[in-house]
Amino acid sequence: MPFIANTEAQQREMLAAIGVESIEELFADIPPELLCCGLDIPPGLTEQEARTKMAALAGRNTTGQIGFLGGGFYDHFIPAALEAIVTRSEFYTAYTPYQPEISQGTLQAIYEFQSAICRLVDMEVANASIYDGGTAVYEAIMMALRITRRNQVIIDDSVSPIHRKMVRSYTGNLGIDLEETASRGGLPDRDALAAQISDATAAVIVQNPNFFGCIDDVSDLAEMVHARGGLLIVSCYPIAMGLLKPPGQMGADIVVGEGQSLGMPVSFGGPYLGFMATRKKHIRKMPGRIAGRTVDARGREGFVLTLQAREQHIRREKATSNICTNQGLCALTAVVYLSLLGKQGLRELARVCAEKADYARERLLQVPGVTMRFPKRWYFNEFVLNLPMAADKVIRALFTRNIAAGFPLGRYWPEMSNCLLVALTEKRTKEDIDYLAHALEVIL
Amino acid sequence: MKTIFDKSVPGRRAVRNVSSGVDAQPPIKPELLRDTPPELPELSELDVVRHFTELSSRNFGVDTGFYPLGSCTMKYNPKATERVAHYPGFAYLHPLIPQLAGGEMMVQGALEVLYEMARLLSEICGMAQFTMQPLAGAHGELTGVMIIAAYHADRGHEKTTILIPDSAHGTNPASAAIAGFAVKTVPSTADGVMDVDALKAVLDDKVAGLMLTCPNTLGLFNPRIKEIADLIHSVDGLMYCDGANLNALLGRCRPGDVGFDIVHVNLHKTFATPHGGGGPGAGPVGVVEKLTDFLPTSVICEREDGSYWLDYDRPKSIGYVAPFYGNFAIIVRAYAYLLMLGGEGLRRVSGNAVLNANYVLAKLKGHYDLPVDRVCKHECVFSAARQAARGVRALNVAKALIDRGFHPPTVYFPLIVPEALMIEPTETESKETLDAFVDAMIEIAALAESAPEQLTACPTTTPVGQLDETLAARKPDVASLGSGDG
Repeated sequence: MPFIANTEAQQREMLAAIGVESIEELFADIPPELLCCGLDIPPGLTEQEARTKMAALAGRNTTGQIGFLGGGFYDHFIPAALEAIVTRSEFYTAYTPYQPEISQGTLQAIYEFQSAICRLVDMEVANASIYDGGTAVYEAIMMALRITRRNQVIIDDSVSPIHRKMVRSYTGNLGIDLEETASRGGLPDRDALAAQISDATAAVIVQNPNFFGCIDDVSDLAEMVHARGGLLIVSCYPIAMGLLKPPGQMGADIVVGEGQSLGMPVSFGGPYLGFMATRKKHIRKMPGRIAGRTVDARGREGFVLTLQAREQHIRREKATSNICTNQGLCALTAVVYLSLLGKQGLRELARVCAEKADYARERLLQVPGVTMRFPKRWYFNEFVLNLPMAADKVIRALFTRNIAAGFPLGRYWPEMSNCLLVALTEKRTKEDIDYLAHALEVIL
Repeated sequence: MKTIFDKSVPGRRAVRNVSSGVDAQPPIKPELLRDTPPELPELSELDVVRHFTELSSRNFGVDTGFYPLGSCTMKYNPKATERVAHYPGFAYLHPLIPQLAGGEMMVQGALEVLYEMARLLSEICGMAQFTMQPLAGAHGELTGVMIIAAYHADRGHEKTTILIPDSAHGTNPASAAIAGFAVKTVPSTADGVMDVDALKAVLDDKVAGLMLTCPNTLGLFNPRIKEIADLIHSVDGLMYCDGANLNALLGRCRPGDVGFDIVHVNLHKTFATPHGGGGPGAGPVGVVEKLTDFLPTSVICEREDGSYWLDYDRPKSIGYVAPFYGNFAIIVRAYAYLLMLGGEGLRRVSGNAVLNANYVLAKLKGHYDLPVDRVCKHECVFSAARQAARGVRALNVAKALIDRGFHPPTVYFPLIVPEALMIEPTETESKETLDAFVDAMIEIAALAESAPEQLTACPTTTPVGQLDETLAARKPDVASLGSGDG
């Protein structure tokens, strides 16, 4: 029988040992009127049939486009060595490491992940992961509320609109004063923020590079919010950290982000990887699992889940978060990816992305009628174009030429219906970019 | 073992990047750049592969050996389900494609997986509709409680309290609290199930709902469940089913038929997707008809021509709980598993899961205290109280099992059982494996009588012994920081 080891003879032996006649008898404690008689589910397939069916379903998705879609989720190259490591079943068939002596592999990998994240964003402590970047923003907000014991949160609208929607959903029932400020010219509006930040402000949340791809130095915002006793939360794109000034050097108190780009395929929405890092003084307010280094009775170094007194299985309704299962294998993926790239490799990769984006910008601006939406800004790998017609129309037309041209900002900013968000990774070639530009020239 | 950072050799490289092939310079003003690159390790590809391969050898998974971790359903993860999740048509599909004009038709296979999986789960659980968005079990709970809040807000109710039994997983009260509710605990009877009289005593108009694990964390089905549901419904409260233990009920009893209004299921437990050493999981949530308007957006719908589309226009929805449509690659695995299992396979799973648990119960009864002596469902809970009196606590039993080649059961949970040992064998294990485990447990019980000191030193066969958790918490060392920008 598929996935069942015991033969009928063994089942009979076991029933005899229990002292019952049949398996059905073991369900006699369920009142008969609550038992169901048959489900409308087709009979099981063999592995061969199931794989054929799944291959057919996978084949009904179009993945061959030349893609310039980003919006926080990027198609980076994944080295073969990464897959070889993370598909080892000693890693992926283990549970959360509750028994440290037989979980040192998972625990040390989490510790190394936490270390790598701290080094990327220049913070002192990190947790073992959160479901995704949006949930990480929400968890950072909740953490800031706990630290400051205040109730107002200000989120800049150049933070991913997907993440902002998630925050709204999560906090809908909590009575938090959640305010959004409109960005100006592609960056957080300093004047508006200065007017809005008060002694009630727990945190200001910004993203860098932000959803429009613009890069900022938010040190002044950190000073502004710190002067009123609040915290600065920065969401960032980890690949950009190979090149850009990290949030830790700009005065951020909590750094979060979406880690999908660190070796995970885009996978139609998940699994992804939220990460969170902060200053040491806030560690006991941080949500989620944390691996820590310690020793055994013989002085041998090892790793455990630590500071568990914050967590739901100990603190129940007083826990810092309800998170239990997180994204362990994705955290492993990220640290393997960062180890394979290494110190020089990540910087080089970030530079390649930025250079390709720069070339793409110059080339696309040669297309008549195409301009930059925020011409005065600096960019990493993504930018916003003004098109002479609705972005939706352009996208639809370019699909027929096998191009996924980018993301239409009109979806979240109705006044930007002619704006297209274009992303570059190392996987796009000069020829791809030229092809996009040429196709645009034909259409517009 | 050295960390990967300790092994770094300046100048060593693994991956070679492509060059940009364009003349452009990084178009970024210098003040926005970092002075030195992040202090990541500098290693060869072989260095990295060896490091993580050695780490993997210090891990224990289902593929390594028997993993009877109660409430976690550590069943075998079929390899075919891994394979299909890596098909390029799934793995390289960008989640924003269906949100683009003309994009929906390019993701029909993926939408069909999500739609069909939701439909199958609705059938299995007796629910009207499922959302596949929640990214883990606790995330499903939070989604469920948010739906409870939205339902009462829509009806103009002033509800403030969620009821939770004292045997519940810690995630239940945590999820209720972070969604803005006060938590009241309902005690269990000596039979290990919810005390209905105690429930009546705390039930009032402020009760928004009850969160119940079914069967409960002692592996017991509450025969008065219908009466409990009627009580909660009498104040227009909602019944929430923590589906962590659904493996016991597959194809035999549906939460919806029992009176539950909301249920989350753990794909990484019941539906055989791997746990990954702490995720990623998936915690889809099903609801009855009157709650479907509140499900998260987007909702996947089917047209008359059989094509699928994403509905974002849901005014009463609680909104987004995930960036997109859920942990898709996990859902793909679970769907492939369900395809192979089929309708008849579901009953086989629950039947053998319950058979295996009752077999272990029968074999160990007499050697360990059994707090509730009756037929169990997918797991059985013993107490090591007798052994603890000899200085051998549940923790020592666990560590002694490690030396004998087994992953320990869940210990010290549920909280209402002192020195709890919660054993969930799952249906995929053979009688030989169970017998070997039972023998080890009996040997440990005997040693607890004759030579307890042999057990308190365990484990001795592992790369490290029992680690100093107090030191770890008192002086947290949670990251190795580089010398550069760090």
